[in-house]
Amino acid sequence: MTRLLDINDLHVTFPTEDGNVKAVDGLSLTLDAGETVAIVGESGSGKTVTSLSVLGLHNKKRTRLTGEILVHSERGVVDVVSCDDEELRKLRGSAVAMIFQDPMSSLHPYYSIGNQLSEAYRVVTKASKKDALKRCVEMLDLVGIPEPQKRVKEYPHQFSGGMRQRVMIAMAIINNPRILIADEPTTALDVTVQAQILSLLKELQREFNMGILLITHDLGVVAEVADRVNVMYAGKVVERGTVDDIYYRPLAPYTMGLLSSIPSVYGKGTGRLSAIPGQPPSLISLPEGCSFASRCSFASQVVGASCATDAPQLIEDEPGHSARCHLALADRRTAGAKFAAKGGTA
Amino acid sequence: MTPIVKVENLTKHFPIKKNALARRKAGNVKAVDGISFEIAPGETLGMVGESGCGKTTAGRTIIKLYEPTGGKIYFEGEDITEISPSAMRSYRSKMQIIFQDPFASLNPRHTIGRIIAAPFEIQNITPEGGVKRAVQTLMERVGLNPEHYNRFPHEFSGGQRQRIGIARSIALKPKFIVADEPVSALDVSIQAQIINLLDDLQTEFGMSFLFIAHDLSVVQHISDRVAVMYLGKIMEIAPTTDLYAAPHHPYTKALLSAVPVPDPQTERTRERILLHGDLPSPMNPPTGCVFNTRCWKAQDRCRIDEPELLQIGASSVACHFPE
Repeated sequence: MTRLLDINDLHVTFPTEDGNVKAVDGLSLTLDAGETVAIVGESGSGKTVTSLSVLGLHNKKRTRLTGEILVHSERGVVDVVSCDDEELRKLRGSAVAMIFQDPMSSLHPYYSIGNQLSEAYRVVTKASKKDALKRCVEMLDLVGIPEPQKRVKEYPHQFSGGMRQRVMIAMAIINNPRILIADEPTTALDVTVQAQILSLLKELQREFNMGILLITHDLGVVAEVADRVNVMYAGKVVERGTVDDIYYRPLAPYTMGLLSSIPSVYGKGTGRLSAIPGQPPSLISLPEGCSFASRCSFASQVVGASCATDAPQLIEDEPGHSARCHLALADRRTAGAKFAAKGGTA
Repeated sequence: MTPIVKVENLTKHFPIKKNALARRKAGNVKAVDGISFEIAPGETLGMVGESGCGKTTAGRTIIKLYEPTGGKIYFEGEDITEISPSAMRSYRSKMQIIFQDPFASLNPRHTIGRIIAAPFEIQNITPEGGVKRAVQTLMERVGLNPEHYNRFPHEFSGGQRQRIGIARSIALKPKFIVADEPVSALDVSIQAQIINLLDDLQTEFGMSFLFIAHDLSVVQHISDRVAVMYLGKIMEIAPTTDLYAAPHHPYTKALLSAVPVPDPQTERTRERILLHGDLPSPMNPPTGCVFNTRCWKAQDRCRIDEPELLQIGASSVACHFPE
């Protein structure tokens, strides 16, 4: 396995008038070539902030960034947190590329698709306009846009949402990046188009052996494409493991709550959903202990530690499977079995 | 039993003008193009479809927020298609709507006490024990702290705002509520809270819902029957269990197979129908069956004849070659 990305103890803080917003609070993760690592969480859990940090896209004046983000590129290992703007620019596009959530607003309405795509290519390769345009047509063909010769001259408003997302994917991979960050790539799309885009991403990954960092809130999408999963809550990873670990043997109460609150098309359909009570805490005044304590149904069963005052650490409970919880492992295993996805009940 | 709501061949077309000044029409967006169904008292009809299929327009036209272009709407057996907006007002206490976006549907300059009391004010009703008490009872019922009566919408989270919208819609104990994507703006853990709340309210007050959503799993959870829309038309309408277990229309089948399931093993093993292309423009829909451009079973007949909604078992399906 080729290592592509190492994030070590990343902290991202935004100082505001009301106090410091701790958007990401000690995150570590790794990404290898050819695998898809997902970051799942609800709004405000810090998943998009993490993805923006990998590309060094935060405004340095308004953000406090500590820790290490090591990108393994062909030219060696670069730490995005400490490197200068010139080095960052060299990484973007060629080593790390990103697909943004909203294909409607990520393309410039005044410039043709070919113009925008070839700019992305020429910034990195210094190719001639003619060569760049040829490359654009190839890329549009690759991402499944019919009649690329003609479409390359058209403007974003002439493309549908799904087609624009294909253009965004073409733009991201035009320089053969090794790491692709997909930040909610299908959230703005309808299900039938979402299925098309996800299968396209999987195909491209197989072909180019890219590592994909997938940011999403949709546990269905994660089950479909991810190999390993990080579940985030209030800026921290609360559980990490393979996709099967997370869905069939969840060990963190938050993951269990998430799994049981989604209705499934193959589920029973009737009966109450088990909602997680309350709301996520404010990132300005995080509770002293476990961030999830006030919503957790297991907090009262914990022996020997206090959820309200001691913050639990992320501990590897099983090989490759870690969780952040004070509750005894045996109790969590029993509880997890109850909440697990059913497995092949379709 | 008389249905609460019955629509017959309902259409809603939006004219498109050639430019801002010209009165001349350049065409029509056929947002809703001839739909018929009934909703029984206490029943929830789910309505699903992709963006642009006309589900929101259908919901708004049924309660006459839009003037229908054609067809008939009956509310408790009475024809309300033609009646004037002022005559409509007395019906409004019996029909309400919950909007999709909890951020845009509450007036930011009104306290939530005033927002929830608006139905009483408009209908000139003084509830027993006074408006304030009624509002606070409602707030408590939907899971809000009644002491927050004087706060403004910006002080609440998305899920709480949706609860405010729900409190407003149930204030007059309506018999029929159009819920237009009430949970699509919310996170999953909060979404489950709101779905449970709607479930409880229905058990308590026995109202009917038209539940509009694009999320098939949410619709399955809450609906008794489901209507699948595509380009302004109903493709299939069936009891929920039948629709999900044995979809008859190719579009329903494709839609169900496109939904990602939160279960990795199922995802690895199941076969998926990938539809090609995008939704055609509702300005210029395909002739014959509107789905024929993306359907893998389409034959010559589908491009010429428009299929009727026909009964197959408990389902009604608009397809020449149903599954």
